[in-house]
Amino acid sequence: MKILVTAKRVVDYNVNIRVLADQSGVDLNNVKMSVNPFDEIAIEEAVRLKEAGKAEEVIVVSVGVSQCQEQLRTALALGADRGILVETDEALQPLGIAKALKAVIDKEAPGLIITGKQAIDGDNSQTGQMLAALAGLAQATFASEIDLGEDSATVTREIDGGLETITVKLPAIVTTDLRLNEPRYASLPNIMKAKKKPIDIFTPADLGVDVSPRVKTLKVEPPAERAAGIKVESVEVLVDKLRNEAKVIS
Amino acid sequence: MSVLVIAEHDQNNIKVQTQVAVAAAKAIGGDIHILVAGQNCQGAADAAAKVEGVQKVLLADHENYGHALAEELSNLIVSVAEGYSHILTVATTSGKNYMPRVAALLDVSQISEIVSVESEDTFKRPIYAGNAIATVQSSDAVKVLTVRGTAYDPVSAEGGSATIEAVDAPAAMGVSSWVREDVVALERPELTAASIIVSGGRGMQNGENFAMLESVADKLGAAIGASRAAVDAGFVPNDMQVGQTGKIVAPDLYIAVGISGAIQHLAGMKDSKVIVAINKDEDAPIFQVADYGLVADLFKAVPELDSML
Repeated sequence: MKILVTAKRVVDYNVNIRVLADQSGVDLNNVKMSVNPFDEIAIEEAVRLKEAGKAEEVIVVSVGVSQCQEQLRTALALGADRGILVETDEALQPLGIAKALKAVIDKEAPGLIITGKQAIDGDNSQTGQMLAALAGLAQATFASEIDLGEDSATVTREIDGGLETITVKLPAIVTTDLRLNEPRYASLPNIMKAKKKPIDIFTPADLGVDVSPRVKTLKVEPPAERAAGIKVESVEVLVDKLRNEAKVIS
Repeated sequence: MSVLVIAEHDQNNIKVQTQVAVAAAKAIGGDIHILVAGQNCQGAADAAAKVEGVQKVLLADHENYGHALAEELSNLIVSVAEGYSHILTVATTSGKNYMPRVAALLDVSQISEIVSVESEDTFKRPIYAGNAIATVQSSDAVKVLTVRGTAYDPVSAEGGSATIEAVDAPAAMGVSSWVREDVVALERPELTAASIIVSGGRGMQNGENFAMLESVADKLGAAIGASRAAVDAGFVPNDMQVGQTGKIVAPDLYIAVGISGAIQHLAGMKDSKVIVAINKDEDAPIFQVADYGLVADLFKAVPELDSML
């Protein structure tokens, strides 16, 4: 079975982002970019399934600017076998990305597709579900455990208040939650090896898909600041303040 | 204009999130209809019909919808979508699961986790873990939206007298099936519905120490939360996580114990009305958002707090 995974290029999760003064967006100049952490979990899961003998090949896909090849190389160093870049300078939105991924699925016919549950830039949490809809496939979102069989997968999902287990027919789309696994670090030999692995590049036009944005960003602002309060000396003062000043406990 | 709200319910009754979605629908304007999809869910439909400001309830009572499987639910929503200008639900794990599927089937964008309705086509939503707020405008014919559960106060569950209309279930897709649910029986209020939350972070050192917070929470009638650091360290399960990648909460009182205040945690709780921070590191970022900060060893302060309640 082939497994297809995604690697979105996003601002590294350790970067404190800054909103541009003209409110057009956030400052991406000279900012460290990385693989979306939830996609890293997806890559790790696919590589583990291959190591367990349940898959033959792991293909990693990124949709975006030419520099997304850096993120594809990272995924290849983590154990993916080959990469595909759908290259475009368009301001991408989940529907467009899902359409591009659908076209890649049509070419590659993977048995399982694993994506991050959301990307940490737009925080949309849409792409996996949209891809499943466009491809007419089953979905298992927010996965914390995947038990992959021949024709189906049993997936445990993180839901409000606990866990839910569902079975999906393959091919299916699974999106990853935090507890699915802990991604490995790439070793130096694997980073060197990754440089020789193939990356195919297509444009959205090659794939016959329209990735143009449907939603216009009018402005981006910093969130309202919350004023810092006071430091209290003791638990006694704290309880008194909560009872008599804030009146939030009785 | 008319807005279709997809209900969150437990078959017998609607959940408060449905009333939050109706509040957002009111901010958009126009007629408000609610779709109740489930199995043996007449009780939930009856409750939905009483919600303030709702004109019509669409009821899909069918075995396909007993477990809110995304594939079946999204096909149903698309089958009734015609004529609506907006389709809206709350960004619960369920809403987040099926709604993007609805949008893709309609070939429109979804706008996720809106925190404010600016006009019928313009909305505000947080991006980058709440470190920026984007104002976005949709050019799609149908606006498919999820609303953050803390963004609007729920409308009243009483006062409405909507008609209930049964709708047909489209043929089942049959590609997924429900196996089981392991939902923790809650002795305390649910995190997203609690008026007081006591949360622990990495400073708790292990899962057993959360018992200290449980004692305080029991006295306050509070829910218990945790930071991502505490979840990643394996102290507590992920469904207790408050933060951008966990639950977004806005209780009347939020007590953060041994939580440093990473950006991603603050994004999940900074809309709380009153925030208390107990941390031994006086430079911890949590103090920048706390109304009342106590620089103290939590292993002394929490038992002391417990004894005073």
